[in-house]
Amino acid sequence: MTDTLTPILTKFWDEPQSWTLETYERYDGYKALRKALEMEPSAVLGAVKESNIRGRGGAGFPTGMKWSFMSPPDGGPRYLVVNADESEPGTCKDTPLMMANPHSLIEGVAISSYAIGCEHAFIYLRGELVHVYRRLLDAVDEARAAGYLGDDVGGQGLKIEITVHAGAGAYICGEETALLDSLEGRRGQPRLKPPFPGAAGLYARPTSVNNVESIASVPGIILEGPDWFKGMGTEKSTGFGIFSLSGHVANPGQFEAPLGITMRELVDLAGGMRQGHQMKFWTPGGSSTPIFTDEHLDVPLDFDAVVAAGSMLGTRALQVFDETVSVVRAVARWTDFYAHETCGKCTPCREGTWWMRQIMERLENGEGSQDDIDKLLDICDNILGRSFCALGDAATSPITSAIQYFREEFEAGMHTPAHVLFPPEKSVLFDVAPAGSKDSAGLSSGMVTA
Amino acid sequence: MTVTNSPTSGGNAVDKGGDAQIPVRPDDVTLTIDGVEVSVPKGTLVIRAAETVGIEIPRFCDHPLLDPVGACRQCLVEVATPDRDGNVRSMPKPQASCTMAVSSGMVVKTQNTSAVADKAQHGQMEFLLINHPLDCPVCDKGGECPLQNQAMSNGRAVSRFDDVKRTYPKPINISSQVLLDRDRCILCARCTRFSDQIAGDPFIALVERGALQQIGIYEEKPFESYFSGNTVQICPVGALTGAAYRFRSRPFDLVSTPSVCEHCASGCSMRTDHRRGLVLRRMAGLDNDVNEEWNCDKGRWAFTYATQPDRIELPMVRGTDGQLKVVGWPEALAAAAAGLSRSSAAGVLVGGRVSTEDAYAYGKFARVVLGTNDIDFRARPHSLEEVEFLAKHVVATAPGVQSGSAGGSEVGAAPGSVTYADLEAAKTVLLVGFEPEDESPIVFLRLRKAFRQNKTAVFAIGSVPTWGLKKMGGTLIPALPGHEADVLVDLTSTEVGRAADAGLGEGGIVLVGERLATSAGALSAAADLAATKGARLAWVPRRAGERGALEAGALGSLLPGGRPVSDRVARGEVAGVWEVARLPDTPARDTAGIIEAAVTGEIDALVVGGVDPADIGSAHALDALERAFVISFELRESAVTAVADVVLPVAAQAEKLGSYLNWEGRVRNFEQALTSNAVSDYRAIDMLANEMGFFLETRTQREIHAQLEALRAWEGRHDVVLDTATLRAAKAAVVTDASRGEYLLETWSTLLDAGRMQDGEPFLAGTAPRAVARLSPASAAVLQVADGDLVTVSGPLGRVALPVAVTKGMLDGVVWLPTNAKECAVRAGLGSDAGHVVTVSKGALV
Ligand SMILES: Cc1cc2nc3c(=O)[nH]c(=O)nc-3n(C[C@H](O)[C@H](O)[C@H](O)COP(=O)(O)O)c2cc1C
Ligand code: SF4
Ligand code: SF4
Ligand code: SF4
Ligand code: FES
Repeated sequence: MTDTLTPILTKFWDEPQSWTLETYERYDGYKALRKALEMEPSAVLGAVKESNIRGRGGAGFPTGMKWSFMSPPDGGPRYLVVNADESEPGTCKDTPLMMANPHSLIEGVAISSYAIGCEHAFIYLRGELVHVYRRLLDAVDEARAAGYLGDDVGGQGLKIEITVHAGAGAYICGEETALLDSLEGRRGQPRLKPPFPGAAGLYARPTSVNNVESIASVPGIILEGPDWFKGMGTEKSTGFGIFSLSGHVANPGQFEAPLGITMRELVDLAGGMRQGHQMKFWTPGGSSTPIFTDEHLDVPLDFDAVVAAGSMLGTRALQVFDETVSVVRAVARWTDFYAHETCGKCTPCREGTWWMRQIMERLENGEGSQDDIDKLLDICDNILGRSFCALGDAATSPITSAIQYFREEFEAGMHTPAHVLFPPEKSVLFDVAPAGSKDSAGLSSGMVTA
Repeated sequence: MTVTNSPTSGGNAVDKGGDAQIPVRPDDVTLTIDGVEVSVPKGTLVIRAAETVGIEIPRFCDHPLLDPVGACRQCLVEVATPDRDGNVRSMPKPQASCTMAVSSGMVVKTQNTSAVADKAQHGQMEFLLINHPLDCPVCDKGGECPLQNQAMSNGRAVSRFDDVKRTYPKPINISSQVLLDRDRCILCARCTRFSDQIAGDPFIALVERGALQQIGIYEEKPFESYFSGNTVQICPVGALTGAAYRFRSRPFDLVSTPSVCEHCASGCSMRTDHRRGLVLRRMAGLDNDVNEEWNCDKGRWAFTYATQPDRIELPMVRGTDGQLKVVGWPEALAAAAAGLSRSSAAGVLVGGRVSTEDAYAYGKFARVVLGTNDIDFRARPHSLEEVEFLAKHVVATAPGVQSGSAGGSEVGAAPGSVTYADLEAAKTVLLVGFEPEDESPIVFLRLRKAFRQNKTAVFAIGSVPTWGLKKMGGTLIPALPGHEADVLVDLTSTEVGRAADAGLGEGGIVLVGERLATSAGALSAAADLAATKGARLAWVPRRAGERGALEAGALGSLLPGGRPVSDRVARGEVAGVWEVARLPDTPARDTAGIIEAAVTGEIDALVVGGVDPADIGSAHALDALERAFVISFELRESAVTAVADVVLPVAAQAEKLGSYLNWEGRVRNFEQALTSNAVSDYRAIDMLANEMGFFLETRTQREIHAQLEALRAWEGRHDVVLDTATLRAAKAAVVTDASRGEYLLETWSTLLDAGRMQDGEPFLAGTAPRAVARLSPASAAVLQVADGDLVTVSGPLGRVALPVAVTKGMLDGVVWLPTNAKECAVRAGLGSDAGHVVTVSKGALV
């Protein structure tokens, strides 16, 4: 493990026009594709497998293994679908990557398609990201014009086409099977598995769904070799990743570093906490991962160590909250999010979030009742592991972990409103309207984007 | 000590008595559920496997006939499976037993043995109830509600929810007959899956998301499916209700009688629910061999016809003033007997709605009392060719019973008649003159299932590619109406025909509809095709009583059991059981023949049982009825009672017991639901015979069954000898001249139409398909009309103006009309029928 940053995907984000093909090629862009095309597809797949890269979309499933689990070719179409739905609260790595360096993704798609025998790949983009959408469309055009995509890739008669599809802005459409339904034009709701996408995914054909960052990491693996990749990170969490620090640190932003770096190191890199404040709690991987506190600053941020400490690495969305923030209030916002984003297919998530939202609102307003905390925990117990997909599980993480570490704050919710205990204006970086005006302060919430 | 029995010893197949086990089939999977070892076929879902040993896991979205969805999460159980080394390891989360297939060595713990499963289930139940209105006291489902029941068995006694419930304005109409209370809906997707998977009418869908997810319809397309009522039945809560039943009754006030549907020859098993002498609703019964668990909306909702104000309850005799007046039974019977005694020759017209027992009584009455073979159950267009066909290929077959060996039937070696199960397993099914969705809805559902699950290839010889055909994945083999025979004879002349031909050769089935009777040569051609291809053959009539009437001897040329009247031995057998010296051996007239004879005066008395003359398709029917002395056995005032001399009231189906044979030839027994003074036709016939000095012995079902049993199966030939005197020349080929606006008419009855047995049910009528005239795009172009424009179709008797539905793939030069829609009566109004030439012109002519 190393404590230095490893700028690879983020290497030239500060170039004036980092997103153009010209810039990308200046930084060795599309060399990996050329190299890959000289290899057998199976060798490309083998290299990715050898690198041990684990999916960057949250679950950490080994990418090479996912590809090799696809049903064998039968002459029909096979699909690569890039998951660019990035909608988790706090998660903001794929969006800047696609903004600043879209060609790393396009090249990754071309190589990955070659590896799995896909002639038509899709990038499913979160609907709200209009600017990113344009960048991607332009990048695809540029790549096609340069012969990196199209009917004769690399002059080898190879066909690789990319369709960039903008979704309608639903968190659940990031779940891979809901994504496929949405891409097919249906309402995005998770599918019953089996069959898994590798056997019957998009249009019931063998499909691999991979995260943006997973695919964008492929060119590096091909160009520099699996050993180069394995030289970074830990034994079971190889390579590097983008860590997104947001909230109450001095300099929030994207930090590309080897997996296994600690939060303490990252906060240091971000210039420490907001001046004069201390760490209260943080999310290791977005709102779906149980929160951590200052006890966990030295947990290595790799897939397994974070799980061992009681949370998940998720999408490395490190939201930082200092002592001015009411945990009840923060959790109430996340619960609102899940109640809004539940797809409604299954009972526990649909009904449970409806219920928990009302209880959280009560607690936030200091109107909680005596059994609300136990009730919340029991509701979570009835959702976790009972729902159809992981969204339901995710909805319980902030609540159970927050009660675990800050039960007394929830207890205070039986008598005192959160905005009294933790005046919101103390959490923000800008001046707020006349003190005591609850409404104006309420607008700014505990989450700060500097 | 065990004693091994030889399988041939006749002993038990297992080696010890006492704890005999169900033998394990080779591909069975053995697992343990709550400590009980279970062996089930590979692929069985855990929830089904549990049922086999009497363990009931609570469920909502699960339905054995629908594809699993796993949405409600009520059926969670704990599951452990052996790993590679054989150590049984628990799965970390409880699993939905309705989506998980069994595996060998699996250990399942349900709520009975696992605290985790039990708590998980209680948790889901609580969730389902937090947003449920709990308006059970006013909910139709209350008392028979799976949510209510399972909340009692697997739920918490007290609610912990003291927050705000989701509410919706209630209810909304998703069709004229189905209402939706969205607040009661638990979003199990049973209704949507049924409509999509089983019926193929995905007109309802889950819309919106999250807690606001709800059932919705497309504004311009309400839930007008022939099968929509099934969703009301399988909805596990009271979210879907039928307009006709809503707020009418509590389930625990209802008395249920097992029954079968009287509306078509599908033969659906049914449950009639009634209270204090009134039928309140009807439900699909469970019969895996026939309708599985489904029925159609007509069968479910069309039952008020029997309680209309024009119901006849007392006998009537026409007085000298020409008016019918109510009299007592003795007086009416005396008048009827006197009229028949005066007559020189009488005929019997039996409608296709009678029970087998009624048909038997009419047949026996004709032969024994009236001394004639002039009886026919076909109150519809028919032909002599059809008699030959029915005698040779249909009568005396049943599931497991093949038409008389000596009867010259070459219909392959397969045992018995074609069944629903055969349709499901068939590789290829060829439909001729038959639109299953309209004419036998359960045949349609089974063929759709066959197509979905077994990739059965369906072909239809006809002129209109229908939505129904599309839902069966079917292919149209084009044939002009009336020219089906040509196409059947020359099947291999087209590519689609060759595909059908090849498929028929490898385990195919040919299904012919009753309306093929009037397409000259078609029935014979279909039979020949089946014979040469080694395919199986079945005839699907529309009406519920026709198949039984054929068997019971209500077709002049055939005595009960398919015994030809022309056969001396056959007559002798029947005469023996009937205890009469001899039976008439005169050639039989068919319905048309009887009507002609009544017009000419050769027949001067008619016994008519439940016939609507407008259905017959004869221009002379009313004339015949007016001329003859008419005894009408009727339910309600009709065109027959309007001219009848004596009217004898009979029982409606719910008021009697009896049976039908469905198209398969399968016996469908129904019980008497309502206590009633009304008598079944057979009883009234018996009384009339008595009055005339004959002992008919058809007073009770038991008497009739005893005779049918005594008759046993007929071993002889089935061929009928047709009387050349009544043989009419087969139609000459018709030619149409499009420049003169001439078109060939194609027509059949839609399931929901102006049939009198759908009277009194406006909600059902509201979902009937809109009457349209279908034309091919080319024909529409010639006429310069577009979708929705009016055209006038004229026949010899009259004309009708209908909006056009331009139908892609339809044959040019053909116009399709519904036979009996409210706005369009083809037979009585136009005087036309399928295969006839009609003229079509743009606009509404007056
Ligand atoms: C509710 C929900 C939302 C998700 N959103 C995303 C997302 O926005 N982007 C993403 O890559 N993966 C998302 N995932 C994870 C995907 O289902 C899937 O695991 C991932 O795309 C696989 O890519 P990977 O193997 O490259 O990580 C989400 C999962 C769930 C349950
Ligand atoms: S847990 Fe259930 S309701 Fe929630 S998003 Fe997944 S499928 Fe939809
Ligand atoms: S209406 Fe009934 S059947 Fe349909 S989803 Fe709701 S509860 Fe299920
Ligand atoms: S399909 Fe036929 S028998 Fe079944 S319910 Fe409908 S009308 Fe009755
Ligand atoms: S019955 Fe199994 S999830 Fe609904």
